[in-house]
Amino acid sequence: MKLNGSEIIIECLKKEGVEFIFGYPGGAVLHIYDALFDSDSIKHVLVRHEQGATHAADGYARACGKPGVVLVTSGPGITNCVTGLATAHMDSIPMIVISGQVSRQYVGSDAFQEADATGITRPVTKHNFLIDSRESIPEIFKKAFIIATTGRPGPVLIDIPKDLTDPKVKISFNYPKNVKIRSYSPAKNDNIDKIDSAAELLCSAKKPMIYSGGGIILGNAHNQLKQLVKKLKYPITNTLMGLGGYPATDEKFLGMLGMHGTYEANMAMHDCDVLLAIGARFDDRVTGDTSKFCPSAKIIHIDVDPSSISKIIEVDLSLVGETSKILKSLNLSLDKHLKKINQAALKKWWKQINKWREKNCLSYKKSKKIIKPQSVIETLYDVTKGNAFVTSDVGQHQMWAAQYYKFDKPNRWINSGGLGTMGFGLPAAMGVQLAYPKSQVVCVTGEASILMCIQELATCLQYRLPIKIINLNNRYMGMVRQWQEFFYEGRYAMSYMEALPDFPNLASSFGHIGISIEKPSDLKSKLQEAMNMKNRLVFVDIITDQEENVYPMIKSGQAHNEMHLSPTGKDTELA
Amino acid sequence: MNMIDRRHIISLLVENEFGSLSRIAGLFSARGYNIHSLNVAPTNDETISRMTLVTLCNDQKIQQLMKQLDKLVDVVNVRDLTEETHIEREMLLLKIKCNKSQRDEIKRLTDIFRARIIDVTDTTYTVELTGATEKILAFINSMGKIKIIEIVRSGTLGISRGVESLENTK
Repeated sequence: MKLNGSEIIIECLKKEGVEFIFGYPGGAVLHIYDALFDSDSIKHVLVRHEQGATHAADGYARACGKPGVVLVTSGPGITNCVTGLATAHMDSIPMIVISGQVSRQYVGSDAFQEADATGITRPVTKHNFLIDSRESIPEIFKKAFIIATTGRPGPVLIDIPKDLTDPKVKISFNYPKNVKIRSYSPAKNDNIDKIDSAAELLCSAKKPMIYSGGGIILGNAHNQLKQLVKKLKYPITNTLMGLGGYPATDEKFLGMLGMHGTYEANMAMHDCDVLLAIGARFDDRVTGDTSKFCPSAKIIHIDVDPSSISKIIEVDLSLVGETSKILKSLNLSLDKHLKKINQAALKKWWKQINKWREKNCLSYKKSKKIIKPQSVIETLYDVTKGNAFVTSDVGQHQMWAAQYYKFDKPNRWINSGGLGTMGFGLPAAMGVQLAYPKSQVVCVTGEASILMCIQELATCLQYRLPIKIINLNNRYMGMVRQWQEFFYEGRYAMSYMEALPDFPNLASSFGHIGISIEKPSDLKSKLQEAMNMKNRLVFVDIITDQEENVYPMIKSGQAHNEMHLSPTGKDTELA
Repeated sequence: MNMIDRRHIISLLVENEFGSLSRIAGLFSARGYNIHSLNVAPTNDETISRMTLVTLCNDQKIQQLMKQLDKLVDVVNVRDLTEETHIEREMLLLKIKCNKSQRDEIKRLTDIFRARIIDVTDTTYTVELTGATEKILAFINSMGKIKIIEIVRSGTLGISRGVESLENTK
């Protein structure tokens, strides 16, 4: 079979089983777009800004586990992807970004729409390639997909000069089944001898704690994790990225931990004597002050990435490899040691944890006059019966969604945890909705975040994506305002959103339905009404309490047992 | 764990590909490590380059740095030579101002250090010296009042002693 460079690219994507390309055409990729025009198996989703393409591909990957694919042109096309690449890179999301480059003869000449794509994206990709010959296209695509999806996943960029996609030059095409990359060897599972010691250490605990992160979801290890907790009957907490990795409605689950984690999760972290960390990376939003982190705990760390081990916190025992495989062996090994667990101590530990739980740290002052943002998420949970895919932007609404929406399944909670990218929520929801056309997809956002990628409302219309946008509109960049209240004596420098658009009208001008909710008494019925419109995108603009804060909160540089609890809830004291 | 910065000689085998060097240099700047010296050249396998890199790091940082380097897709193998018995060498090319009255002294110094004069003009000498970094520094210091016009140093090169090699520990 003789094909030109553009056809080869499309064939490579077909061989990889790619369903969707999120992209935006331009000069350097016109040949590729022309070849794509004839393809019926790959659907192209035309976004309205390249950043939207990357977040949509990212959301798709987070929801269904397959790598998201992006196609953009040279210059501004690829520079607009940088935020999306960095977002995916921080959260280890598999993604392939294909960018056009000016023809080889012009590279380096400051040609029209030329940018050093591989140079710019090097720090925000797992790896990147500049293709320099037609013959190497299949091998490089194979390598890119392998690198993006194995070990600790991540985004890979492939930059391809326009002349290599010239329709007139045809060569024979063969897609390799596999390619050996001698310099790349992810996740060797060679811990057999250490599994037993880990099981023994776990069973010796008097005050155990399990802390799991995004690695459970990315590594598809939620079933093994469930088994592990069932065997041990130990308490478990999830990071922001790990929510849904363990069922939130289970009684062993203590809620999220960290800066805005629950009282019980953070206190249990602080007081535990053995900590099992799985697929988590001891992020600063999780640890607080590292010198006061789990002061009396022996720490076991399971992770696919060797460089995550002892990066922030020195651990006592590490198991490097695929989380699902390690947990499987650990579960087997545990059977030999389970009887060593000091059940009396464990009972005492649970008694203590339940005492912490009684603080009811997520309680808040209800109001009949003004809508409380927390109540929006609680109501959303009710009307969607906890089954929705929820994407979010970044800020207070993100924390409330994480705290009050109880995720029982993995891949349902989709947010930019590492980079904290405002503007992520709506395009990510597009990717999720395309992956699961029949499922309920909700984007929880705020009036500041949603404006950062608002242009994607047009994409949603073109592809009839019935996303429900829940806009917690408090007329402030809420999290910025909260920090200014706490740390800058209430000097709300530039965090007030003046000149906001009329969101329901904005949505209708894009061809969608917009509704506004202002009264607490309308909240449930109108949310239900929005969810009932199965085939339409509904933009629900909810006017909420302007100065509500996210609690509990661990201020930067403080320890897990130094939380600030809500002054409007039951307790006003410093924990 | 020792938190004092120590000198580490890191040997790397990397894919001889476009962008490999900047990927490694980029890792150092992105994560706040210093590069004291860096040397890159192809090996007998033309698809692989060997780098020798000297950095100052405490124990915790060097562990993390080694893992981060190993994680780079272009890096075929990486080792901290300072952890084992090894040989290190550096090459110096030194151009000095040299009038007639100084010639004997310079000749004597080059003999003492087993350096070689490799270029001569009416007013200058160019000297080549190979040795460990301390020897190079000692030689430069020994110039005293002699005016140095130009110093070119290769940066440290390192190789492990005995049968070990970076190729056979992959």
